[in-house]
Amino acid sequence: MTATESAATTDAEHDAHEHPSDWAYVKIALILGAITALEVSTYYVSIGKVLIPSLLVMMVLKFWIVIMYFMHLKFDGKIFRQLFLGGLGLAAVVFVVTLSTFQFWA
Amino acid sequence: MATAVAPAVLDESHEEHRTATGMSNTKLAMWIFLGSECLLFGGLISSYLLYKTRSNGTAVPTDVFDIPFTSVSSFVLLMSSMTMVLALSALRRGDERLSRVWTITTAMLGGVFIGGQVYEFTTFLREGVGFTTNPASSAFFTLTGFHGAHVAIGITMLMSTFVMSSKGKLHQKQSETLEIVGLYWHFVDVVWIVLFTVVYLVPA
Repeated sequence: MTATESAATTDAEHDAHEHPSDWAYVKIALILGAITALEVSTYYVSIGKVLIPSLLVMMVLKFWIVIMYFMHLKFDGKIFRQLFLGGLGLAAVVFVVTLSTFQFWA
Repeated sequence: MATAVAPAVLDESHEEHRTATGMSNTKLAMWIFLGSECLLFGGLISSYLLYKTRSNGTAVPTDVFDIPFTSVSSFVLLMSSMTMVLALSALRRGDERLSRVWTITTAMLGGVFIGGQVYEFTTFLREGVGFTTNPASSAFFTLTGFHGAHVAIGITMLMSTFVMSSKGKLHQKQSETLEIVGLYWHFVDVVWIVLFTVVYLVPA
């Protein structure tokens, strides 16, 4: 076995061990669908003051599941996670400051 | 001379596999691009939040939202992320035919989403909410329009990979190409996850 073949085998083994199975992806999609159904139900059922926090929690949960499992951030190199979450964090800080400047929260 | 050239030729032939960072440059570039896209959509979402109640006495998008319809669209886009990841998984296993089936399914689901958006925009126009009706509608159409454009670009990328695969130019070894397209597609999905909550579900 050549060095290239050996490296390819190692990569394939890594993929086989680290990435979820097709059935696991289907189960993740079903969980996402269930969370979406819960989100939509808040439109029909009044839950008072907890409405916005609940919606935001469910949104963050769905976002996290997609980037970690479907985009493989959980299994890929740390640098990818740092780059994406760095951009996301920067965007959040910049626009919270911008909205605060316009007294959006008042 | 010959001994000096030989290592350079060898390095060039292994360029695809070995990079300075030890990881794929194209994948790294895509993640940097997606990180920067967060700033684009962050700006558009902030603008929408600032303007969403500025009606100038006319109807705003929140008055004409059809939540059941948009919920179905959201579900369709969410499921397209699943078919996308299944396409990649199949290609990684070497099952090119199944990978093509999932890729075209993903593109079709994206098409259904775009069709839904066109229908929604047309309905809004009929209800008197156009792009220049008021600041709220301008911010809404700009935000959702930009997202729709991203979905359309994603469909084009998916169709390109489908054609490549059909012509026998996308094999197990080139699965990273499909993975890059998949990253973009999933990003379009996560942006919609945020938009669906912030724009449609959080009450004005």
